[in-house]
Amino acid sequence: MSGDKQQVSRRQFLNYTLTGVGGFMAAGIMVPMLRMAVDPVLKTSGHGDFANVNLAVDDITKDPQRVEWEIEQVDGWYKSNVKKAAWVYKNDEGDIIALSPICKHLGCVVTWEGSDQHPNEFFCPCHDGRYYKSGVNVEGTPPTAPLDMYEKKVENGMLYLGEVKPHKEA
Amino acid sequence: MLQKLYDWIDERVDITPIWRDIADHEVPEHVNPAHHFSAFVYCFGGLTFFVVVIQILSGMFLTMYYVHDIENAWRSVYYLQIDVAHGQIVRGMHHWGASVVIVMLFLHTLRVFFQGAYKKPRELNWMVGVLLFFTILGLGFTGYLLPWDNKAYFATQVGLEIAEQVPLIGPEIKTLLAGDPDIVGAQTLSRFFAIHVFFLPGALFALMAIHFILIRRQGISGPL
Ligand code: HEM
Ligand code: FES
Repeated sequence: MSGDKQQVSRRQFLNYTLTGVGGFMAAGIMVPMLRMAVDPVLKTSGHGDFANVNLAVDDITKDPQRVEWEIEQVDGWYKSNVKKAAWVYKNDEGDIIALSPICKHLGCVVTWEGSDQHPNEFFCPCHDGRYYKSGVNVEGTPPTAPLDMYEKKVENGMLYLGEVKPHKEA
Repeated sequence: MLQKLYDWIDERVDITPIWRDIADHEVPEHVNPAHHFSAFVYCFGGLTFFVVVIQILSGMFLTMYYVHDIENAWRSVYYLQIDVAHGQIVRGMHHWGASVVIVMLFLHTLRVFFQGAYKKPRELNWMVGVLLFFTILGLGFTGYLLPWDNKAYFATQVGLEIAEQVPLIGPEIKTLLAGDPDIVGAQTLSRFFAIHVFFLPGALFALMAIHFILIRRQGISGPL
């Protein structure tokens, strides 16, 4: 080595180029595979459809009633009809409330007055979770949040439900 | 940072001799294309290994979407190819790699054959190589059915009938492979999938390990 400039040795040069080329090839192989693997996380979902749940607004009472309807679900390459359910009633102001029956503790299914000991409440049998009629969870029982609510709209006197959203009072 | 991590591990478990044994050895002059360009023929074994690594990696990722069920197999392949980002590339790697691996394997075998590199003391490694050859052909055969399209179905139909020509036990071999004496269907696809992603890759790893250990023991054969 001559002069005061720091020279790159032959060995260093080869090390750098080999690491560079090797890294480039490895990245070229790995990037498509990793992108493919994380695709479900990055996909934007196209929800937001409302479904007619076959309940006339006039038939909605102050007592929560369970409605069931089917939606077409697209799960990757698999299309199927899945059942959805909601507890629907009119509150004291006359607003329609549609609550998701999925318990906010660990995901069991709640029932209106599901326990004789707890009238006027939603009850989850799995770990005795309880909710007031408004959907707000009873303090001191396992659930940590109020029941989710369905987006809703009324068309031609019929009730349409959409996606579930966190409860207003959550 | 990396050096420190390495030193930390090395201080405790003394890994330097292990990787020296594996990686740190001289490439003889007659095998080095920088000295004699014709030495590129020695690359084919390594290239076969390289493509096998690609097949294993791309295969593992394809298995995230693929299902081996006759109702859904084709749809899942269609979905991963059309709707999943980069799925077409990963499937393409596996699809074309399956052919390239067999071409490389063949060139490697030709080199060993025409150089007489299989002669004493390396006969055993030739035999292991032959087993590797059949294992990889088997992977190609079983993988070809998995997309469950017409090409796959009829190619397998023909392949199974070839197996049936074996004297005496032909029909039994066919039933064993297809899972049914007459139908190429649900059971066939399920079996081929199991063979393709578990049984043959297992055999492949074991054989490759023996192949490489023997090469390190015996060294590469000398110049012609
Ligand atoms: C030397 C090794 C291998 C060879 C030669 C090979 C060959 C093939 C072939 C020819 C196909 C059909 C592809 C097409 O027609 O598009 C295929 C499909 C497939 N292989 Fe492999 N394969 C190998 C290793 C693996 C491994 C290790 C796995 C999984 C761990 C795997 C998983 C799959 C899957 C899931 C498919 C179906 C997806 C598709 O058809 O695109 N393969 N393989
Ligand atoms: S899941 Fe409802 S209380 Fe635990």
